[in-house]
Amino acid sequence: MKTRIVIVIVVIALLTAACGGPAATPVAKDKIRIAVVMPSAITDMAFSQSMWSALKAVQTEMGGESALELKYSENMFKVPDAAAAIRDYASQGFDIVIAHGSQYGTSVQEIATDFPKTTFAWGTDVNTFGLPNVHAYTAAAEEGGYVNGVLAAMLTKSKKIGVTGPVEVGDAKTYIDGFVQGVTSVDPSINVSKTWTGSFSDVALMTEAAKTHIASGADALTGSSQSVVGSIGAAKDNGSVLWFGTQQDQSSLAPNLVVASQQYDWTAMIKEMIKNHQAGKLGGDKYVLQLKNAGLKMLYNAGYKLPDEVKKAGDAAIEGIKSGSIKVNP
Amino acid sequence: MPTEAVVVPARSRRRFVFDWKEILYRAAVPILAMLAAFTVGAVLLLLLNVNPFTAYAALIEGAFGSTYSITQSLVKATPLLLVALGICIAFRASVINVGGEGQIILGALMATWFSLQFRAWPGWLLIPATIIMGFMAGAAWGFVPGILKARLGVNEILTTIMMNFIALQLMNLLLRGPLMDPGGVTAGTFLAQSERLPEQVWLARMIPQTPLHTGFILAVALAFVVYIFLWRTTIGYRIRAVGLNPHAARYAGIKVPFNQALSLTLAGGFAGLAGVVEVLGVHHRLLEGITSGYGFTGIVAALFGGLHPLGAIPASYLFGSLLVGADKMQRAVQVPSALVDTIMGLVVMFVVGSAWLSRRWAARRLAATAKRQEVK
Amino acid sequence: MDKIFTTVVIVGILSSAIRLATPYLYASIGETIGQLSGVVNLGVDGIMLMGAYAAFFVVLNTGNLWLGVLAAMVVGLLMGLLMSLISVTLKAEQGISGIGLYIFGLGLSTLLFKVTIGTVKTVDGFQPIKIPVLGNIPILGEVFFNNNVMVYIAFLLVPAAWWVLEKTTWGLRIKAAGQNPAAADSLGVNVDRVRYMSVCLGGMLAGLAGAALSLALVKLFQENLTAGMGFIAVALVYFGGWKPVGVLGGALLFSTVNAFQLWMQVLGVNINSNVAVMLPYLLTIAALAFTMNRARQPAGLNVPYERGES
Repeated sequence: MKTRIVIVIVVIALLTAACGGPAATPVAKDKIRIAVVMPSAITDMAFSQSMWSALKAVQTEMGGESALELKYSENMFKVPDAAAAIRDYASQGFDIVIAHGSQYGTSVQEIATDFPKTTFAWGTDVNTFGLPNVHAYTAAAEEGGYVNGVLAAMLTKSKKIGVTGPVEVGDAKTYIDGFVQGVTSVDPSINVSKTWTGSFSDVALMTEAAKTHIASGADALTGSSQSVVGSIGAAKDNGSVLWFGTQQDQSSLAPNLVVASQQYDWTAMIKEMIKNHQAGKLGGDKYVLQLKNAGLKMLYNAGYKLPDEVKKAGDAAIEGIKSGSIKVNP
Repeated sequence: MPTEAVVVPARSRRRFVFDWKEILYRAAVPILAMLAAFTVGAVLLLLLNVNPFTAYAALIEGAFGSTYSITQSLVKATPLLLVALGICIAFRASVINVGGEGQIILGALMATWFSLQFRAWPGWLLIPATIIMGFMAGAAWGFVPGILKARLGVNEILTTIMMNFIALQLMNLLLRGPLMDPGGVTAGTFLAQSERLPEQVWLARMIPQTPLHTGFILAVALAFVVYIFLWRTTIGYRIRAVGLNPHAARYAGIKVPFNQALSLTLAGGFAGLAGVVEVLGVHHRLLEGITSGYGFTGIVAALFGGLHPLGAIPASYLFGSLLVGADKMQRAVQVPSALVDTIMGLVVMFVVGSAWLSRRWAARRLAATAKRQEVK
Repeated sequence: MDKIFTTVVIVGILSSAIRLATPYLYASIGETIGQLSGVVNLGVDGIMLMGAYAAFFVVLNTGNLWLGVLAAMVVGLLMGLLMSLISVTLKAEQGISGIGLYIFGLGLSTLLFKVTIGTVKTVDGFQPIKIPVLGNIPILGEVFFNNNVMVYIAFLLVPAAWWVLEKTTWGLRIKAAGQNPAAADSLGVNVDRVRYMSVCLGGMLAGLAGAALSLALVKLFQENLTAGMGFIAVALVYFGGWKPVGVLGGALLFSTVNAFQLWMQVLGVNINSNVAVMLPYLLTIAALAFTMNRARQPAGLNVPYERGES
């Protein structure tokens, strides 16, 4: 009985080993291969999704899978796993490996030196470690925050605005700080109250936070992170509370109530990285998504009727930030 | 409550003599269970239009295919082993420690704060001091549920679960304030991570170009220490007695609540150590997500090792390999990472559900041995 | 500080608390029944996720809310069946099989969500129904009698569970199976069958908790929607001393403090947000420690029953 089991195990092991790995795809000469490692899901309606949609958009523009090969690893919130993934993609010969998470910095620093022919892009941060094959990128989330703040300040009738935040760090913090500056620039007497749920994923608590703001009189809301879908849901439930979004176009969730979203548009950056890579420049650039370089886009929701003078104020804010006359502090 | 299914040959009085045949038999059942779980996983893969053979080949290649992957598995095994050691101690006293996540955080927090605070100290002093402080921080986090249980009868499942959430908020609070990397503040990125720890406190890399660090040696050494502690010291004996039969232990004069609290405190300390090695050996700073779920997966590793500190060593390595291989599989066939989690869940359920088979075979072997000894 | 005691705020806090408590009530009462019969199920969170997904998926595609609720109950029942199989028949270590169930439920619900829905969508879900007459009482009316039907059912579960456990033979059998399985067996109670039914019932209720979450509370589904709620629900069973009314107290305490800390943040009370978020957990521990509620757990909890073994 026992011998039989041992034999079975050995046979299975041999079979699996014999089947080998996936056959290596012959790479067409001009085909670009990009791999991306992300800390959350590609469907998170926020940070990771913005990068993945941008990559897919570039792929379509370039002509599909045969022109641009894409591979991803999601939910890599464990840094050593992400490091293994980054290293693995690099050793598989990917041209560009994107480490889409601020916690991956140390890993990128170590791995990039082992693969001098690969371009590594790392965000969100500004440090390229002085390495010739590392790009760094951030998003000046506070810029769109400012514009949203201006719009919200002009649209609020109750003079109360609610902010539902996850944890006060990273671009959640910078976005919200920008938002508050935008509101203050229009009317400093408006009450902006902030709540932090202490989690990026607790949707139920985020919903309740939004409802609390609404119950206390807020008629406009904003917030950040993937759990913010809960806030949008609460706004939709109420029926008349306006929503201002960031990181991703969130108007599909509440078509009549989303006024504007700050969209992270990585496509220009990706295209430039590809161009640079093909030209031989593998790194050394620091990209900042800004309104100025179209990395940040303010998307007005067509489903919401925005009064003209409000749109004008919003556009003026955008122009002001682009030209530098308005300075927003992160 | 933990059933002693191991047949210990009566003859041996030497310290580390193992009955290899026995161990092999005991390992056979969980391995078979794992294969059964993978078969179910293969069905899921087929439903997603993925060739299961390609996928599993990638898993094996990812786990064992290169020096790098093997060292990666060892690096993962280190915190798993440390948490598992704590779980072993607690289980022996019939205490369930689901507070690993919080205890890891406390150990990591203390390691970060302490090594940044005393960054002027030389490495040979700072590393051991940080390790000890980290252990104590985790132990303190295990002590609170322990004392509440011992003195006030408050159930430890409740307290440990609550304290996991409290620890998380504590870490968030410190990371976004006093412990935040000053570099992140000036650069305007405000990332949820601490400053990079001073280089002298980093655990040395054992093989260059690989992530394997000396924390692994520490963990293995501690496994032997825990073994000696549980089976060769009086305190260890008392802890095990409390777990096997609390009533008898009480009649024998052993203080049951005290020993249960003690086991929970120790379990917390070991989990805290897992946090310390992750900070000192892997990330070299504190960042959110530092626990990586080891507070729970450590429990699974302990189970795979038969809730024995020495069994936890190969179990942690194998479980770590499984995790590493699964990631590689995800990359190779581009399935959602959730598929990997689903298969992991199946593996745990199948392995834990096959324990009765282990026990039945062990009982049969015992009967066979007894019969043979009768004949003599 | 006087901002806190206005009507709007008090009504707001209590209404939030009632809403937040709903999923905990379903899941905790289910787990209480399972534990009273002798089985601890740490996989509640995984069952909640599967229930939430199933309910949401059905509603997204059919628009029928009750069909969604039914789907959640069926899925919960199946997960409960799996847990019973492993813990009762195969006599596995319950704490660990529960965690395996959790990982499985989390993984499968995420996988199914990604493959069948893909991106976050919302549904209209359950709307609040105002109870005539009672709903018009000032303050109390707004708080208690103007909620959606899933909330009402959750609160009705408390007396229902109490009645079943205290006043029916079935309840007696459940408690016997958990307290003294050997004695129960000798009196003709089929311990394994009672445990199966209790755990499956617990699973159904956990599935309902998920449905309440995705159809009534947040009205959407996202991966890991519960974010650990199931574990809190298990903890509340201990807090409640294995009594439905105790569980109600625990769920309300926890949710009220949570609602309270949110309001404090909104009103701009000067408290660190991380400390505020910690409050519900701290106070729950404190409440149990200081009320000296030393209810003893069912003696047979977490011990697989084998006839012939004592």
